Amino acid sequence: MSVNLSIFLIIAGCAIVTLIPRILPFIMVRSIDLPEVVTKWLSFIPICIFTALIIDSLIVEGGSVPAIDWRVLLAIMPTLLIALWTKSLSITVIIGIISMASIRFFL
Amino acid sequence: MSVSASKSKQSGTPDTFLQGIKDCIPTLIGYMSIGVAAGVVGAASNLNILEIGLLAALVYAGAAQFIICALIAAGSPFFVIVFTTFIVNLRHFLLSMTIAAPFKKYSLLKNIGIGTLVTDETFGVAVNKIVRGETINDKWMNGLNVTAYLCWIISCLIGGIFGKWIADPEVFGLDFALTAMFLALLVLQLETIKKNKLTLYLSLILYVVITMFILCMFVPSYVAIIISTVIVATIGVLKDK
Repeated sequence: MSVNLSIFLIIAGCAIVTLIPRILPFIMVRSIDLPEVVTKWLSFIPICIFTALIIDSLIVEGGSVPAIDWRVLLAIMPTLLIALWTKSLSITVIIGIISMASIRFFL
Repeated sequence: MSVSASKSKQSGTPDTFLQGIKDCIPTLIGYMSIGVAAGVVGAASNLNILEIGLLAALVYAGAAQFIICALIAAGSPFFVIVFTTFIVNLRHFLLSMTIAAPFKKYSLLKNIGIGTLVTDETFGVAVNKIVRGETINDKWMNGLNVTAYLCWIISCLIGGIFGKWIADPEVFGLDFALTAMFLALLVLQLETIKKNKLTLYLSLILYVVITMFILCMFVPSYVAIIISTVIVATIGVLKDK
């Protein structure tokens, strides 16, 4: 078994761009303060990207107009309720997997 | 995810490497379930076990690993995969920003080591300790980080090995683990904001939903993710005066 070169380059590239945002604040915080507007903009990124990624899993591409994967929409409902109720990443993930497996099995 | 998990602990627990390992335990089930799923998805995307291990060890980010696998399977170009990963993992910048200050006194190399292993979960545990006014040190943080890191790599490898025998991970609902994780992370994000900002954030979520559907008519969804995030975060800055 060996590592495919193009796959390795993708992993290496992704590793570098992942590492930079992780370590940069630890280096920066020693000397400079970010402008407030930048910090504020960044503070909206998590909520926006999480929502966008959820919608991404909901959208079926291919047609001229994006369609909704109703199985995903159906699984999101109990999963969201569990997330709101438990505030637990692990329980939400487990319930989500079970919900999706049940929907695919029974419907 | 386990910000509240260690709340019952008495303050003044020793800041040792071992205590860091113990404080990591509540997060491990999350790492295992997502890690195994990430490994399965990696195998389903035709990555071999070595590549799955490398991805886990070098990128070490659940959401990004799912997306990287999906984009590799879809034959996306190098630049698109790397840029998407950058955008998806940009949130670590915020996490690191929030917890970097207490580590100022340590060497640059130590800071880089701690920053390299920052995740949503270790951030959650660390910020909980900081909020409770406990002292936080390098040994404890390393214990926390290294435990999570090793658990993640092992889980991804296990998933990768099982993935060989699982023809279609969708049957088991494992592909939904990512969406479920984002739902939980979204809820946890909303938890941390001030009450008077809730309307603003809910409207931003609605804007993302709308822009995603509109953009997906014109561009691939991974491009739509980036554009709608940038647009709506900017709207957030403009509306939050």
